[in-house]
Order: sequence, then structure tokens, then C-alpha cells
Amino acid sequence: MALLELRNLTRRFGSLTAVDNVSLSIEAGEFFTLLGPSGCGKTTILRMIAGFDLPDAGEILLDGKNIAATPPEERPLHTVFQSYALFPHLSVADNVAFPLKMSKVSAEETRRRVAEMLDTVHLSDKADAFPHELSGGQKQRVALARGLVNKPRLLLLDEPLGALDHKLREEMQIELINLQRTVGVTFVFVTHSQPEALALSHRIAVMNEGHIEQLGTPAHIYGQPVNRFVADFIGDINLMNAQVEAPGETSVHLAVAGLGRIVAPAPSGVKPGQSGAFAIRPEQVQIGAEDELANLANRFTGTLRDFLYVGDVTTYKVELANGTIIRALLPNTSSGGRARFLEMGDSVTVAWPAEAGMFLHE
Amino acid sequence: MRKTSHWLWLAALLVYLFLYLPLTVVVIYSFNDSRLNAEWVGFTSRWYKVLFQDEEMIQAAINSILIAIGASLIATLLGTMAGIAMHRYRLRVLPFLVITPVAMPEILLGVSLLLFFIQVLHLTLGLLSVLIAHITFCLGFVAIVVRARLTGMDESIFEAARDLGATPWKTFQLVTLPLIMPAVIAGALMSFTLSIDDFVITFFTAGVGVSTLPLQIYSMIKIAVTPEVNAVSTLLMLVTLGMIVLAAKFDKTVLRGQG
Repeated sequence: MALLELRNLTRRFGSLTAVDNVSLSIEAGEFFTLLGPSGCGKTTILRMIAGFDLPDAGEILLDGKNIAATPPEERPLHTVFQSYALFPHLSVADNVAFPLKMSKVSAEETRRRVAEMLDTVHLSDKADAFPHELSGGQKQRVALARGLVNKPRLLLLDEPLGALDHKLREEMQIELINLQRTVGVTFVFVTHSQPEALALSHRIAVMNEGHIEQLGTPAHIYGQPVNRFVADFIGDINLMNAQVEAPGETSVHLAVAGLGRIVAPAPSGVKPGQSGAFAIRPEQVQIGAEDELANLANRFTGTLRDFLYVGDVTTYKVELANGTIIRALLPNTSSGGRARFLEMGDSVTVAWPAEAGMFLHE
Repeated sequence: MRKTSHWLWLAALLVYLFLYLPLTVVVIYSFNDSRLNAEWVGFTSRWYKVLFQDEEMIQAAINSILIAIGASLIATLLGTMAGIAMHRYRLRVLPFLVITPVAMPEILLGVSLLLFFIQVLHLTLGLLSVLIAHITFCLGFVAIVVRARLTGMDESIFEAARDLGATPWKTFQLVTLPLIMPAVIAGALMSFTLSIDDFVITFFTAGVGVSTLPLQIYSMIKIAVTPEVNAVSTLLMLVTLGMIVLAAKFDKTVLRGQG
């Protein structure tokens, strides 16, 4: 049995349906992420699981029991808030002790578990400090310790890294993964940041306008997005309108107006004449002289319009015959990369193998 | 730049002189060795001795203190609840209704309370009617201070308490109340000063036979302004000042006058 199951969960605010008939199940020990742009309903789902909001329809099953109407204090799960929500009048140790106090754990046991938990998040020396004396990262760790100390069935995390600067964010991501592994508590994580979701999660549910667009592992979602929205939202991708010409066993021929034919991996159930989009990640696109790329199935010439050198990689923007701009991302393995040899306005060839890219249904 | 700041200081000085000169004169003449306030004769503290032997004055002081304590306690309790309600339900009409008695001309409130007590409640005017009247105008003040304190707070703190296992009552006890405590104490102290200084509303609701310090002072100056009046005014001023300083120590928003 799944640890947490949402069945046909729906929540409306006036005429707006924030969460539209969402069903999903989360296994014990999972790091599960709800990912989507702001207003997609991910936070509303989290608030309903926590008990701060009530669904208009549907069930929330925790260990098979419907908790949709249970008050938040009676649900065996805790939340880490975006603002951390530490109690400003209590010390770090008292903040962490709060949930234990509420479930009437003995004073001695409380002391022991608080000390243990603070040790796990490397904050033993801050036990007597007050929240306003802590840095952002430290507050974050106190919030995690407070949420985990009582061994909840589930820890809900609402954009917990949103308020941290870039470098601290990456450190905290690694700490989060390690922490989740150490304590073995199931994490339900909400974020709008797709790199964060890809880096942290076992499984991701990509949400849009109140429903789930795709649910799967990070590699699955990045590699095989089911539609334009997911492809566009997760990572960077080149998209061009295309029509199915001849579906085959392993590959499909696509027609792109003004450009010609593209050979792509065959998706299941496509019919000739069907329109959709061809999508390919910038890192799958090669760039160079015509003869270097002769062994790749898809080759097009274009004009180099722009390139962005960011140290480890360079993004090239190439305008193709039909006016489409295609982006290619290449590692700068030799110093200066290809940008040294290419100039704006140069005629270049972009190419990719038949196995790269995908056809997305409309 | 420098020049403007000189003028600014001068203007500020004039304003403060205007505010505090009359009060200073009252204090100085409370030590004047003369029955009249007309001219300075010499230093004495005898008016304070006279004051402490004046039984009517002492009775009035006891009444004032009892009413101020009672009014500030009850107004703080009710005002805190009103402040929390105003914060939670965010209906525009709530703060409006609570602030109105604070902003209304005192004479209006005095007259309407008098009519209410006599015609509706059939109450005999006395300590009780004064107490109720004082609660009425102190309550709004406490509510405003408490709400101001809550407004700046992160709402998720209260959700976090619930989330971590606290019932609504426990959340209030362990999180809300400790966090608004400075405002509650400041509200109580300000209520105390408002109550102990009040003249107009007390005048209408006290009836005959019951007197408070401001009423007693008024009845004395009808005859003549003796240094005894200066002495009692000085003491009252000290109490008020002490309370305001204390209130500001507990909650800085009091001096900023946030509402």
C-alpha cells in the first residue's frame, strides 16, 4: 500500500480550479517533488496534505486512512515552510523541542532527541541561540530539524530553498539528499525550480493549471517529455512545428516547413499527416563544418547569429533556412572552444543523429 | 544643508517649549511658598504635606487608581481579543468600529454614555458607571496596538504551531500570546494613563458623591488655583510620564503611533 495517496483531489477558489481532479500515490521513503510554475496548484496540494486547506472533493489517504478532514495537529506529518516559520521567542533547542512537547514526550527523552537532531543538522553549538541570530542556511536547518525530530510519516517542504542565495542553495540541496537518506523519512517537496527538482527527486510530478502533465523519474521527464509544456518547462529545448510523413518501426520521418525532412525516434501511435512538434535538447545538437558531421542523419546549414560563452560551455544560436533559431550547447574542452574559430554571420552546419530528439503530439 | 538644519533645530525647540513650558511652570509653582500662584516667594515642600492630609483628595486618588486598574485590566482583556479578531477576519468595518470611540469627541461619548446608563441600564451613577465608561475608550486603544503588532508577523508561524501538533488553544498560549505580550502590556499601561487622566467622560458618568483626581482638581480650581493643585498635578504628571516611558519600552510602536 502506498504511504500517501491522493484520489481525485479538487480545490476551487471562486471560478478558478486551483487543483483539478489530481490523483497520485507516494511510496514510503521516496523523495517526491511537485514541480510547476507559480499558480499551478502545487502549493495548494501541499496545504491540503498538511491540513491548512480543505479539498472541495477527493480523498487524501495516509496509510490507507482518509485524513482530508483531520485538523493539522492530528496529522502525523510536518511542514517546512518557505519562510522557515521558526518561533522567534524560542531558542533553537526549544524550537526543535516544540513538536515533542506537543506529543508529551518526557523531558529527558526530549533533551536526548533534540541533541541528536541538532547534531544531525550540524547545529549543536547553536542550541541556545535565537532565530534572529542565525543565518539563512542555519534557519533552514533548524526548520528541518524541527520537522524531523518527531519522526513524522511524511515531511512536506514548501520551496524551502527559495530564500537562499545560489551557492548556499547547492550546498543545501546536497544536505537535503543526505538528510533524507539518513532519516529515511518520505519527503514531499514543492518547487518551481526545475534544476532543483531534477537534482533532488526520486520522482517528479510536473504540474500545470491544476493538473499533472507528467509523472516520472527525473531522467524520464527530461529525456521523454510527453508534451510541449513539459519539454519546454524542464530544461532548455529547441521546438519546431513538424508533421509526420512516414512512421516506421524504429524511426519516423518528419516534415518541417521550409527546412525539409528530419529523422527522429518513432513514438508510439502516430499516424501519417499528424502534426506536432519536433523537440531536441541543445546539448544533442552538434555544430561544425559539413564534412565533420557527415555521419549524422540530420544535417542542416545555417548562419551563426549569436553565441554565449559561459566558461564551461558555449551556447550557439544558428538561424536555419526557414528562419528557425536552433540552439546548440557545446562543452569548451579546448581553451576558448569553437567560438575562437567561428565568427558571427559564418555559415555553419548543425547536425544530430537519428536517435536524438523526439516527436511531441499537439 | 547646515543652514537648514539650524532652522530645523530652532523650530523643534520652539515646538517643545510650547509643549513643555506650561507644564514646567506648574511643577515649579508646586514648590512656591505662597498661597497664590502670582509670584515666586521661596522654596517649600509643604503643599505636598497638605496634599497628603487632604482626605477628599486621598479618596479621589484611591478612586482614580481603582478605576484605572480595573479599566486597564478589563480593557486589555477585551481589547486583545478585539485586536486578534481584527487581524484574523480582516473586515474593514471591525477596525473602524473599534477606533471610532477613540477618535470621537469625548463630550459626545460622555453624553451618550450618561444617557445610556440612565435611560437604558437604569444604573445609579457611581464607580461602576465610570469604570464601564473608561473600559469603552481604553479598549479601542489596546486593540489597535495589538493589531499593529500582529500585522508585521509571519502568518506561517501560527500554521507551523498547528502543524507541529498544537491545538488552536495551545497555539494561542505558546505562540500567539508570547509574541503579542509586549503590545498587550503596552496597551494596559496606556489604558491606565488614559483612565487616570480622563476628565470629560468621567465628569458625565460619575454622578454626585464620587470623585476622581481630575474631578477633584477641577472642583478646587473653581475656587482658586492654590499650589496644592500644582502639587497634585505634578504627581499626576509623573505617573503618566512613567507609564508612557514604560509602555514605549515594551512596544516601540506606541511612540510611533501606528494604528
